[in-house]
Amino acid sequence: MSEQLAIELEGIDKRFGAVQANKDINLKVKKGSIHGIVGENGAGKSTLMSILYGFYHADGGEIRVDGKTVTIASSQAAIALGIGMVHQHFMLVDNFTVLENVILGAEGGARLSEGIGRARAELKRLEADYDLKVDPDAITGDLPVGLQQRVEILKALFRGADILILDEPTGVLTPPEADHLFRILRVLRDEGKTVLLITHKLREIMAVTDEVSVMRRGEMVATRETSKTSMGELAELMVGRRVLLDVEKTPAQPGAPLLSVEGLNVRDARGVDVVKDVSFEVRAGEIVGIAGVSGNGQSELLEAIAGIRPARSGIVTIDGTRIDLAAARRDPAEIRSYGLAHVPEDRHRMGLVTRFHEYENAILGYHRDPACGRGAFLDLDAIRATARAGIEKYDIRPPDCSLKTANFSGGNQQKIVLAREIERDPAVLLVGQPTRGVDIGAIEFIHKRLVALRDAGKAVLLVSVELDEVRALADRVLVMFDGRVVGERAPETAESELGLLMAGATQEAAE
Amino acid sequence: MFDTLILILDSTVRLSTPLLLAALAGLYSERSGVFDIGLEGKMLGAAFAAGAAAAVTGSAWIGLGAGILVSIALALVHGFACITHRGNQIVSGVAINFLAIGLTALLGQDWFRQGGRTPPVTGDARFETLVLPFADALREVPVIGGIYSELLSGHNVLVYIAFLAVPFTWWVLFRTRFGLRLRAVGENPAAVDTAGISVTWLRYRAVICTGILCGIAGAYLSVAQSAGFIKDMTAGKGFIALAALIFAKWKPVPVMFACLLFGFLDAVAIRLQGQQVPGIGEVPVQAIQALPYILTVVLLAGFIGRAVPPKAGGTAYVKERS
Amino acid sequence: MTAGQMPRWADYILMPAINVAAAFFVSGLVVLAIGENPIDAVRILVWGAFGWNEGIGFTLFYATNFIFTGLAVAVAFHASLFNIGGEGQAYIGGLGVAFACLALDRFVPWWVTLPFAVAGAAAFGAAWAYIPAVLQAKRGSHVVITTIMFNFIAASLMVYLLVNVMAKEGSMQPETRTFEEGGRLPLLDTILPGVDFGSAPANLSFVLALLACVFTWVLIWRTKLGYEIRTFGANQTAAIYAGISPVRITVITMLISGAMAGMMAVNEIMGSQHRLLIEFVSGYGFVGIAVALMGRSHPLGILFAALLFGMLYQGGAELAFEMPAITRDMIVVIQALVILFAGALEHMFRPALIKLFGVLSAPATRPA
Repeated sequence: MSEQLAIELEGIDKRFGAVQANKDINLKVKKGSIHGIVGENGAGKSTLMSILYGFYHADGGEIRVDGKTVTIASSQAAIALGIGMVHQHFMLVDNFTVLENVILGAEGGARLSEGIGRARAELKRLEADYDLKVDPDAITGDLPVGLQQRVEILKALFRGADILILDEPTGVLTPPEADHLFRILRVLRDEGKTVLLITHKLREIMAVTDEVSVMRRGEMVATRETSKTSMGELAELMVGRRVLLDVEKTPAQPGAPLLSVEGLNVRDARGVDVVKDVSFEVRAGEIVGIAGVSGNGQSELLEAIAGIRPARSGIVTIDGTRIDLAAARRDPAEIRSYGLAHVPEDRHRMGLVTRFHEYENAILGYHRDPACGRGAFLDLDAIRATARAGIEKYDIRPPDCSLKTANFSGGNQQKIVLAREIERDPAVLLVGQPTRGVDIGAIEFIHKRLVALRDAGKAVLLVSVELDEVRALADRVLVMFDGRVVGERAPETAESELGLLMAGATQEAAE
Repeated sequence: MFDTLILILDSTVRLSTPLLLAALAGLYSERSGVFDIGLEGKMLGAAFAAGAAAAVTGSAWIGLGAGILVSIALALVHGFACITHRGNQIVSGVAINFLAIGLTALLGQDWFRQGGRTPPVTGDARFETLVLPFADALREVPVIGGIYSELLSGHNVLVYIAFLAVPFTWWVLFRTRFGLRLRAVGENPAAVDTAGISVTWLRYRAVICTGILCGIAGAYLSVAQSAGFIKDMTAGKGFIALAALIFAKWKPVPVMFACLLFGFLDAVAIRLQGQQVPGIGEVPVQAIQALPYILTVVLLAGFIGRAVPPKAGGTAYVKERS
Repeated sequence: MTAGQMPRWADYILMPAINVAAAFFVSGLVVLAIGENPIDAVRILVWGAFGWNEGIGFTLFYATNFIFTGLAVAVAFHASLFNIGGEGQAYIGGLGVAFACLALDRFVPWWVTLPFAVAGAAAFGAAWAYIPAVLQAKRGSHVVITTIMFNFIAASLMVYLLVNVMAKEGSMQPETRTFEEGGRLPLLDTILPGVDFGSAPANLSFVLALLACVFTWVLIWRTKLGYEIRTFGANQTAAIYAGISPVRITVITMLISGAMAGMMAVNEIMGSQHRLLIEFVSGYGFVGIAVALMGRSHPLGILFAALLFGMLYQGGAELAFEMPAITRDMIVVIQALVILFAGALEHMFRPALIKLFGVLSAPATRPA
């Protein structure tokens, strides 16, 4: 035990209602190391870190910090123990200056004048020691995300953190920003700090950590020295048994293009160009997959084509109907009427109204259809009949269309969306993250449906951050990086090559 | 002409005072992320309590204390509903307004049997006007004398407290730890929570500040400006204060100017009541009375600047579970 | 609302009942503090409201107002909009009623005037909600604040009009001339055989209010527009995905809401006062918030909640008569407490109740 351990967890349990988020977790983190924790979405990483930071309380188990058993009842207690956290969603006050954000909660006196001079000096010192340069008087909300993250790190260090937890820190960063972050983390380690890096990206684990622990379904399944493991081994540990990713399908027989996108440009609310001059075609009887690290413009691409997000320029042709996306405010209902269906990336936020009955969600977006009732009225009998047909065909459980949608599991909710979008016989289907948060049985079912749709001569555009899924389903793979399509490859292309493209190959080559 | 102006400005100061106190009160609460449309009710409750206590005890200061206590109690009801139980802040405000209207009238009649009034307060039971040094001596000096003796001197102590509360509030908000945290919790409570500070306790302290200032505002109405409580005597002042707060974009010094502006409009409206203005004829007083609200709507619509409320305002804080 | 797991009946009936009971309990304490017997007070109140014909007539009359203002708030709630401007919309709605009545009452019978009065009330109420709606939809200014402001603007406007423009000639009263027969709705007891409400002003508007309940139910749960309103209210992103325009839904919903509030004026102006006068809304618009909350934004619930508040108003008047120590202001206190407990504190008893139902074991969806 006397080995220099910064953190030791023993038998940590945590459940939320019926969900066991953390099950008997054991973890040892060496002082002065960068320790990675990997796992898929929902594996319980964030919950574990929230326990360590006093945000949640564990139901059972023991926490030792620097060898001493502790109870971390609040964030305040965690801070006192020298634990700092950089949250996935920054905990910053946008209209505060950097300095104000840094001192919040550690002001050093009832009057700000008492502590602010010292804080300024301390920031200077931190800047010098760790290469963490930020203007203390800048308004935080005006800074780019990379710098905002730096403010978060400064906040933790200012409070004297010796153990720094970073929760999915690169999700919002561009690759150069991420690289800069890694440099900072190495400096921190070399200065004796302990860093816990939570991520689901294996590349980052390999690049920066000394040790890595893998979580799966709430359990800690393995800890490895990074230099003695491989991406392959970690991936296997993360996912467990590989059951699904061999999708049975015959070679595609592409016909005429059903979806074509020409010169699409999208600028987001912050004024950043997120989709840059993207053009491609999807033919009848073909699945085109878009691979990429999340946040490289895939989401915006789907939403722009579907008419949800305004485009700066771009022509989309759907089953022969030409639409100038920039010319007028396009309405998703209109675009849908040309034969485009859309399974959105986030079913809770966009694809479903979870408060509604199942049958009400079975018509979302198609509710103006005469099939849902004549004129201004809804024909509930007809709507329920449609919903029941979908439930039967897609094996949605429990098979009760009057149930509130929130009461269905993730996989069944996704099937509700798929049934709605596919069964109206669209020419083109946009589908984003079709199996995110979906159980294994449903994944297989969903994949089969998508292939069947392709075999029925429809065009499918698939966006997924799961590279395996794209490779298994797609007939052609487009790789997006920084808002552009940077390459087209066959799905059989080696993972490493696609990975390079996804990481911005040109940059990688320069290193 | 100059005398008229001084007179109007003098009554502007008197009419602005309750608005200013109430608007500053609202500032503490809303800056902390708790919207408060119950300023009116808290003021009314305080006015009644102050009037009643002053009439019974014969002390204006005890009246003020009673007003503040009742106002704090109502503020705590708001806090209990909105902070502890995450209730709807608007609904809670509506309830508090009704509660104050009903209880003051009901108890007023039960206790004093004067149709909802409290007995008139005189002498020590009412805040006397203070005469600033040399006010009488300087009265005859042209211009400056008028401004000093009429405008600056000759108000009761609560008026001076109200105007001193402006720099004080500014100092609290921007120069103290409490103010920093208050502003932070209204913008991003999660940031405050993860910094190890209790969001709940912070917001409670903010609504207590609101209670104190609303209490002073109410006491001003019943034991300073008037000699006793009259049923519904706030007459919408709490809402004009709310409008002023929005109009001033939740900032202390602009709040003062907004209240002075709205007080001035009120003074002008009173002055013009039933008078013929050369060239215009009779000015509809109602138009001037509606002006604060119209101006606020125009501001809200973004036609003159932009009023961005505290980002976390109106929503209870729930720890994120994702 | 929150994802509490309770049987529907508990959510729709038990929960409001408990909240109202809490409000009455605290009201009882107030009565006790005044030195009267709360049990007697309740008896007088209930008897005053339902124990005799005239009482019932008054209860129905007040309930009519509450149904309209309650529906107004509820319709907006379904779109996640908080229309706190029912007060002003009803006030301006009175203008529409008055215009119709003043123009027609001397020439045609009431049933010819009625459609114009209803249309006028709805149109004027809707118009008063239109500007806040557009400002919210297009410029992002919050509808709660703008509708509050519009309440006060309406008050000033109406005083101006009634004093300077519409006042009866030679009168100092801020009110219009009294309508002739053609501008008066028949009383309910003259239509219903064998019923006598005495001097109570319960009138045909009550039937109109019931129709408004049915209309609202059909609109919200049986039409495509209602579906869009509910979708927008529950999940704005999903609404946009489904091709539902936020601007359009915000404006349409607020127009309907304003029209509902405006129609309250038919009951007061054409049904009872027979002239337009100042401050005839006197808080009904605000109480509509409580009615909608208690009725869970469902027309049937609103009908019952409106009857409860009608009872409070009528029974409270009786109470003030029987127990002189308790003035009519007691009604306002009870009202406030109902709003507090059924509205702002609606979540207070919920966790305990959920536990009571022991359905915590139901599958929760809370992934880490």
